[in-house]
Amino acid sequence: MIFAGVFYIATLLLVAGLVYKIFDYSRTPAPLKIPTTPAPTTQSGVVYRMAKEVVLFESLFKSNKWIWVFGWLFHFGLFLVLVRHLRYFLPTIPEWLVFIQPFGMYASFMMVVGLAGLLARRFLVDRVRYISTPSDYLMLVLLLGIGLTGMMTTFVVHTDIVALKEFFMGLMYFDVQPVPTDPIILTHLALVALLMVIFPISKLLHAPGVFFSPTRNQADNPREHRHVAAWAARLDQNN
Amino acid sequence: MAAAEFDIPEVKDTIEIPKLREGAMAHAKSFIAPKPVQDFMGYPHELGEDWKERALDKMGDLLGKYRSLKVFLDACVHCGACTDKCHYYLGTSDPKNMPVARQDLMRQVYRRYFTTAGKLFPKLVGAKELSKEVLDDWYSYYHQCSECRRCSVFCPYGIDTAEITMAGREILNHVGMGQKYSNEILGKVQKIGNNLGLPGPALEDTLLGLEEDIEADTGVPVKLPMDVKGAEVLLVTPSADFFSEPHVESLIGYAKVFHAAGINWTLSSHASEAGNFGLFNGNYETMRKVAMRIRDAALELGVKRIVVGECGHAWRVAYSFWNTLTGIGYGGNDPFSIELQKQLDHNYPQPQHICELTNDLIKAGKIQVDPSKNDDLVVTYHDSCNVARASRMGDMPGGQFIIPRELIKSVVNNFHNMADDTIYESTFCCGGGGGLLTDDLMEVRVKGALPRVTALNAVVQEHQVNFMATICAICKAQFTKVLPKYGFDMSMVGGVHQLVSKAIKLEVAEQAD
Repeated sequence: MIFAGVFYIATLLLVAGLVYKIFDYSRTPAPLKIPTTPAPTTQSGVVYRMAKEVVLFESLFKSNKWIWVFGWLFHFGLFLVLVRHLRYFLPTIPEWLVFIQPFGMYASFMMVVGLAGLLARRFLVDRVRYISTPSDYLMLVLLLGIGLTGMMTTFVVHTDIVALKEFFMGLMYFDVQPVPTDPIILTHLALVALLMVIFPISKLLHAPGVFFSPTRNQADNPREHRHVAAWAARLDQNN
Repeated sequence: MAAAEFDIPEVKDTIEIPKLREGAMAHAKSFIAPKPVQDFMGYPHELGEDWKERALDKMGDLLGKYRSLKVFLDACVHCGACTDKCHYYLGTSDPKNMPVARQDLMRQVYRRYFTTAGKLFPKLVGAKELSKEVLDDWYSYYHQCSECRRCSVFCPYGIDTAEITMAGREILNHVGMGQKYSNEILGKVQKIGNNLGLPGPALEDTLLGLEEDIEADTGVPVKLPMDVKGAEVLLVTPSADFFSEPHVESLIGYAKVFHAAGINWTLSSHASEAGNFGLFNGNYETMRKVAMRIRDAALELGVKRIVVGECGHAWRVAYSFWNTLTGIGYGGNDPFSIELQKQLDHNYPQPQHICELTNDLIKAGKIQVDPSKNDDLVVTYHDSCNVARASRMGDMPGGQFIIPRELIKSVVNNFHNMADDTIYESTFCCGGGGGLLTDDLMEVRVKGALPRVTALNAVVQEHQVNFMATICAICKAQFTKVLPKYGFDMSMVGGVHQLVSKAIKLEVAEQAD
């Protein structure tokens, strides 16, 4: 089965790539206190600030309402869609997942509207057009492709989701089952696999990156706590 | 060499986002540091055969030492949120002055040599070989960034272009393209003790002269002591405060505050500079060496408190980095920091900003002021970028906005803020920060000041504001030079302690002692 192999490899690359990147970020020291102030003075304050960034996109909201609307629609839509997809990977479907099913289905519209808005900005705003690379457009097209093919399997040509679930459960238990063969779901799956492969080597690293951003994850307490990186501490000893 | 002619931008009613004009500022090149300057700093002074290797080696080194650089180069999604946030873009309309484009000058090289995607598909992800052309772009545009961090406020991942600019300048230094202005100053401060290169005796003369002036003016013998062992407070202030107008008015203000409060204080000839251009160049060791002079002076003089005068980037280095670099602060449990900590008075924050000190004294009634002495003025306050976005005052986040305003309002009766999106964390840089305060970058400075001037003009029109207070030596020097180009009087800029100086009651406080 080609698709089974593709998903094993894609999963391996995604997990290994992300684990390496996260390891690399965490082993690289931040030698100086550089939170963008005003910043929280405590660690719990930092958690709150980070939560506002990750859930509400607070800084983006301050910055540009259009990017914020489209970006938030896309990300929150994607989040609901992903949660809904858990039903293909869990042996029994819990109550809350049944409840979320319709929200997850219609969230795909949020996702696609958001992506379309972000793509339009790349063409229409001269400043954004100037900074856009081919990969910036292609990334949006890829995500749109995933969203639209996914919506088609739900709203246009129903996929055999029972067979699909058997395929993924089979992958998880290393008991490979045949994949449904209609072209729409195959396109959807191929695009998702591609996204998984490029995730750890692309700008999608903003997802783990934001948690490691020193301007957002440091507490503002330099007068009270001495913060010294290992390579910098050696300078004190030569003194 | 005469600076090239350029048009002064027109001041509109509101800050407008310009259409792109590619290459509009490509010609702006700060003078390159000559051999003696680079020699002293331990950098080459010209590109060698192996410049490209050296540049990439240094970049790899920095990527291993600074998480900020690594994460920031990876995380950007080109969303465009920062594109209209930089004062240099707003003033010049050169797209490479958009924060993301400035970062991309380095990011394109990072992608080409340090990422899988850039090695495999350079065209696709905008990766680019490091060529002489790219290096020249770095030199030009990393000296059109004042490292003010305004973009980092608005970035959804907190990407701070200042970190990239600093790394860029560090790499440029390592291949022999240092900036004359900053590196000359770094030489002076390390050889002589301050950025202006004033030797101890000249400084002493200046202080004596100022004492005479104050006494002639007020009839009170206010002192400006230097190198006094056993003083309670060591004041570290930008050296511009000793010589430049309007800076010196604030120095007089500090002296009057200490006098009126009866605090035994001293300046130091060894540490006669609060500024630290090591920050601008992004070199940790240089920044540490410059800051160590203050630790050494504090230990030598045996002071119990360290107070910093009006200087924006100096306050960033003092507040955010001194504890890390030199152990001036609390919470260290290593012998290096304990040595100084046990000498310091734990009732006060270390270091303390002069505005924190004066504001506390006024609130506690330990000094008296008469705000009507400033009734000829209608005052606004310019938040300096490094104070606003890279430091704090007082106990609460945002104290850096509250305390200077509280202090101003206690010494003046007429105060108006500029528009909300141009102050506090959204404040616009004066246009001369981060190592750009040099005549060879005058066009960049004048155009970069446009957003601030626009906001100032609005309160001048609406509220007849005639004085803009600020607590940064660079802001003061920049505005006195640049405001006249926009038709404003240079004397409308000055320090917060210039206002304190006029309002403070010297005799009354003495009796209260």
